[in-house]
Parts: sequence; structure tokens; C-alpha cells
Amino acid sequence: MEKNFKLKGLVCANCAAKIEERVKKIDGVEDASISFMAQKMFVKINSDDDETLKKIKKTVKKEARCKGRGNLRRML
Amino acid sequence: MKKSLIQIIISFILFLIAMAIPFENDLINKILFVIAYLIVGLEIVWKAIRNIFRGKVFDEHFLMSIATIGAFVIGEFPEAVAVMLFYQVGELFQDYAVDKSRKSIASLMDIRPDVAYVKRNDKIEKLSPEEVEIGENIVVKPGEKIPLDGTIVEGSSMVDTSALTGESLPREVGIGDEVLSGCINKNGLLTIKVEKEFGESTVSKILYLVENASSKKSKSENFITKFAKYYTPIVVIIAVLLAIIPPFVLNLGEFRQWLYRALTFLVVSCPCALVISIPLGFFGGIGGASKKGILIKGSNYLEALSSAEIVVFDKTGTLTEGVFEVQKVEANEISKEELLKYAAYGEYNSNHPISISLRNAYGKEIDQSKILYAEELAGRGIIAKVEGKEILIGNDKLMKEKNISYIHCNEIGTILYVAIDNKYAGYILIADKIKEDSFKAIKTLKQNNIKETVMLTGDKKEVGEKVASELKLDKTYTELLPDGKVQKVEELMKEKSEKGKLVFVGDGINDAPVLALSDIGIAMGGLGSDAAIEAADVVIMTDEPSKISTAIKISKKTMKIVKQNIIFAITVKVLVLILTAFGIGTMWEAVFADVGVSVLAIINSLRALK
Repeated sequence: MEKNFKLKGLVCANCAAKIEERVKKIDGVEDASISFMAQKMFVKINSDDDETLKKIKKTVKKEARCKGRGNLRRML
Repeated sequence: MKKSLIQIIISFILFLIAMAIPFENDLINKILFVIAYLIVGLEIVWKAIRNIFRGKVFDEHFLMSIATIGAFVIGEFPEAVAVMLFYQVGELFQDYAVDKSRKSIASLMDIRPDVAYVKRNDKIEKLSPEEVEIGENIVVKPGEKIPLDGTIVEGSSMVDTSALTGESLPREVGIGDEVLSGCINKNGLLTIKVEKEFGESTVSKILYLVENASSKKSKSENFITKFAKYYTPIVVIIAVLLAIIPPFVLNLGEFRQWLYRALTFLVVSCPCALVISIPLGFFGGIGGASKKGILIKGSNYLEALSSAEIVVFDKTGTLTEGVFEVQKVEANEISKEELLKYAAYGEYNSNHPISISLRNAYGKEIDQSKILYAEELAGRGIIAKVEGKEILIGNDKLMKEKNISYIHCNEIGTILYVAIDNKYAGYILIADKIKEDSFKAIKTLKQNNIKETVMLTGDKKEVGEKVASELKLDKTYTELLPDGKVQKVEELMKEKSEKGKLVFVGDGINDAPVLALSDIGIAMGGLGSDAAIEAADVVIMTDEPSKISTAIKISKKTMKIVKQNIIFAITVKVLVLILTAFGIGTMWEAVFADVGVSVLAIINSLRALK
């Protein structure tokens, strides 16, 4: 299934690429794509368990801190 | 953003003072430099330290901190401040440009309706469009956006569809007409029966497409991401080697000099400018296209369009109107109007497109009481009694069967012979009309270096070839069944060059397999057709095929900008690295080159939006 996240405050394109790479490596994540300009992340996950979502959020938070303004908000 | 601007200005003033005034005690200069540095740089150093504890060592803050602190250590005070100062200027500019570009796309896409006025229990309630249900009536006043798709049940008006189609000419609508969300009601009060939920409405679908288009990445974007991934570590490793090997292993000069060069390497080690300018360019291109009524569903398609080589068209509805129209009336011994009148009366009870075109051409009210009877003769035509006269309308077969001495006609299209009281009265030629815009479309495609324009049709050979020769198409394949179209496209796919792309243009309804098969599937007249929006990679909201050229032009322009940025940025960075390694480049040049490249690449990218 596909999930759509809003990455509020995503200001660094390089970080976006790093977040994308890390999220792709999470267990249970099939694919991830970040649109830096639209500040959105599209994730394909195998199962809709909270564990995977938690991991995604944690990864984004860790990587998005590059400018200290990263803030992840779930959209759908 | 304001805060950092003030920091930059204060720091810059201090920096200038320290540079310009040689105080007697140069400790004052040094202190001024350090203060200037701390004002702009403390935040960066702090973040670098914090990130180290989070396990992120090689981020840009860390590299900038090392470069500048290192410069202080070897006594290059002005350089240290300048690097941090201009790095911050670059960052500020980057944020500003990205923010501005996001906002301009957002305003471009400002078609989302905020409210719907719903008639409930004889009262008008103000609701959010999401809350309105199918079947309810909504009221739209002049000047307001139509919030949901539906049919007009009361009132008439002009509607402005430009936000959806890029078409500036307003459309006239009245009772029974379908209207789409996102259009603006110009002058009349409309009551609309809602036919789709907000989530399914045209405006929601378009917004979803445009907002999500940039998630399908182009090859250029993937290249840059990969480049960035290796660039920073490689530059850092070379910097470390540069600081150690020449002075200690090769005994080439002193350590301080080589350390300076290594620190300069770190200044240009951040690939951010490049990484940011590429998606910015694609985003602008997609936004600019949607302003013209062209929805491109991904950066990858925008990129592919620039190498379009073969454009394949479906005929009916794409190059032609897809509507039958009376092209010619030849009367024999009676007036043309009379001939048309009898034909329209005779065909009145039929719903065939041909009958509809006859009624449209006649254009007057039909008095049903004048039709005594009308009977359809399968495969031949119609026999009817109108105003006491026996009317025969049909093809050669009918005329021969009824022994009418008629004149056979060789024109291309559907020919209806008419006989009144068993006497030949003339013929009417009905044909699908070529769109006015198709001529322009083919001409501009050729100007855009498209190698081959091809038409596929299920229509008869004569009809198809006539259209193709009028439009000056390179190739035509006629009398094709749906799977024949798939086969032809497969053959054409083999003909193109390795990097060339095949574009298929259709109405998006019957040609889903071909759309999927081609490199880029374009659906025409996507406005209001969910199937087309779903199946295609690019959707043209109006029914003008010339928009394909517009899309290719936008694509070429975007790709030019993207390539310029990639080549320019990489060249400058590599050049600075080489000059630095040989001791020609200084830290000053490095920071100006780095920030300069950033700013220029971003400004260049912003052109894509126009």
C-alpha cells in the first residue's frame, strides 16, 4: 500500500536524497520517493503496521535535522 | 529568514571594518573577525557538534566548521569569516528561491475551491466542498469558483476554464450542461446538481497529479543524487590526503601550505547547489506546462519528451473533430435547403451520428406531425413519408434497389443519396472534419525536429489517406482493428533510434493499451474524462493537438536549463579543486565560486517556470 507524507520544513535537497535512501532501506518499505519541491514523501509499504511507520518517522526525524527545522507530519 | 539576514548584515559590516582599518594592535582586527565569524557561524558549528553526537559526521555543517576553524588555526582570519559569511548568503538565497518557487507554483495551482453553498431544507448553507453529497444542489454566484463537478439545473452563464485548460476564452453554459470544479463562474447565478464527491472531482484529481508529479524522478535527478553521494566523500578524502602526503611523504613544502589547500577543498565539498537546482528546474517546467493546460505526470516524462522522435496520432477525435458534419449538399432540381429539410425530417427518429449531423445542419425546429412514418432499412438507409411525399435516404444499394436513376458520386466520406417520390433529388456528403488546430500541430512538430508523424485509424483507406495527405503526415495506417494499432506501435518502436522516444496521442478512452506501450502516452481533451487522466502520462486539457509541440518545447527548455546547470556547476567545482591542488586557487576563490555557482544555477532554474 502507498502512504503519502508531508515533510514540512524540508529545506535541503541533499538531506531529502539522504532521507529517501535511508527510508528505502527500512524493513517493510518497498519503495520511497521524496519530492523535494513539493515537500512530500511517497512510501510503498508491505504492511500497514505501526512499527514500520514508527521507523519511517524516526529515520526522517534523524536525517531531516540538517538545518534544525525538519518536522514530519503525516498526511494520509 | 529575517533573523539570518540581520546576522549576515551585522557580520558583514564587522568583517569590512576589520578588513579596511589596519588597527595598530592587530589583535583588534582579529577579535573583530572572530566576532563576525561567531555571529554567522556559531549556529553552524553548534549543529555540527550536535550532529556528531547523533552519528552524522560528514554533513555540510561539519565540513564548513572544519574548513573555517582550520583557517583560523593557520592564521587566515579573513578567509575564515568570508567562507562562513558567503556560505550563509548562499543558504539564504537558496531558501528564498525554493520558497518563492514553491509559492508561485502554489498560486498557479490556486484552483482549490474553499466553500460550497448548498441548498438544504430551503436554506443555503455554507459548507466545505468535502461535506457536500452527490445529488445535492449548490449555488454558485458570479465571480466564484465552481466547487464540485455537476450539471446545471438552473441559470446560465459564462464560465472561465482557464485555470484548468489554459484557454482564456470563456465558455457559455446553460441548463443541462455539465460544469467542472475549478472553473470560475463569470456572470450568471448557477444552480448545480452535484455529480461527484469532492475527492473525485476534476479539481482534486488535477491537484493530486500536479502535486505528485515530481515524485517520479527523471534520469538527471537520479544522476545528481548519485553524484552527490560520492562527491562529498571523495573530496574529503582527497583533502585529507592532500594535507598529509605532499608535506610528510613527498617532502614538498611545508605542512601549513598544504593544510590551507586541504581546507579549501572542504569549502567546495558541498554539492547542495547542484542538488537543489535540478528538481527546481523540473518543478518549474511541470508548473509552467500546467499553466498552459498540459498536465505532465512526472519529471521523467518531462525529460523524455525532449527526445521525442516519432509522434503517432489516433485519427478520430485527435486530429479530427470526431463529430460528423455535413460538408456538402448537392441538390437536383430542388433547393439545397429543401433537400436538407427532407433529409433531416426523414432521419428524425434515428439517433445515429449521421442523423444528428443532418439535424444540426438543418438547424430548424422539426414539426413531428409532418412525419407520417419513417422506417429504417438496415444497411441501406431510411424510407419515410414526410408532408405526403415519399422520401428515400441512403446509399448506392438503396438507390439501385428502388430503381432510382441517380448519379454516383466519388467523394470521400459518407454519401447520402436522397430521392423524393422516386425521383433523384441530390446527395449530401457527411464527413468528420479535420481540426483547425491539427494543421498547426503537424507543422510545429516538424519545426521541433520530430522525425516522423504517423496516423493510425480504424477508418476506411480513402478517408484516412485523405486526412493524412491534407495534414502532410509522413505515414498512415488505415483500417486497423484495436490490436492492429498495438502491433503498428510495436513496429514503430523498433524503428526509432536508441535514445529517441515514441509519443502516442489519443483520446485516452479506447487506446489504453497503446498509451501504455508507447514511451510517452498523451491523452487529448482530458478535461472531464477520468479515463484519459488515468491512462496517460501527459494529459492535454483542451482538444488542441498543437499543445504537444508546446509540451515538447517546454521539455526542451527545461532540459537545456538542467544540463547547463549540471555542466556548469561540475566544471566550476572541478576547476576550483584542480587550481587549489596546484596552489593557484585560494580560499577566496573557492567560496565565491561555490556560492556563485549556487546562485547562478538557481536563477537559471527559475527560468523554467516562465
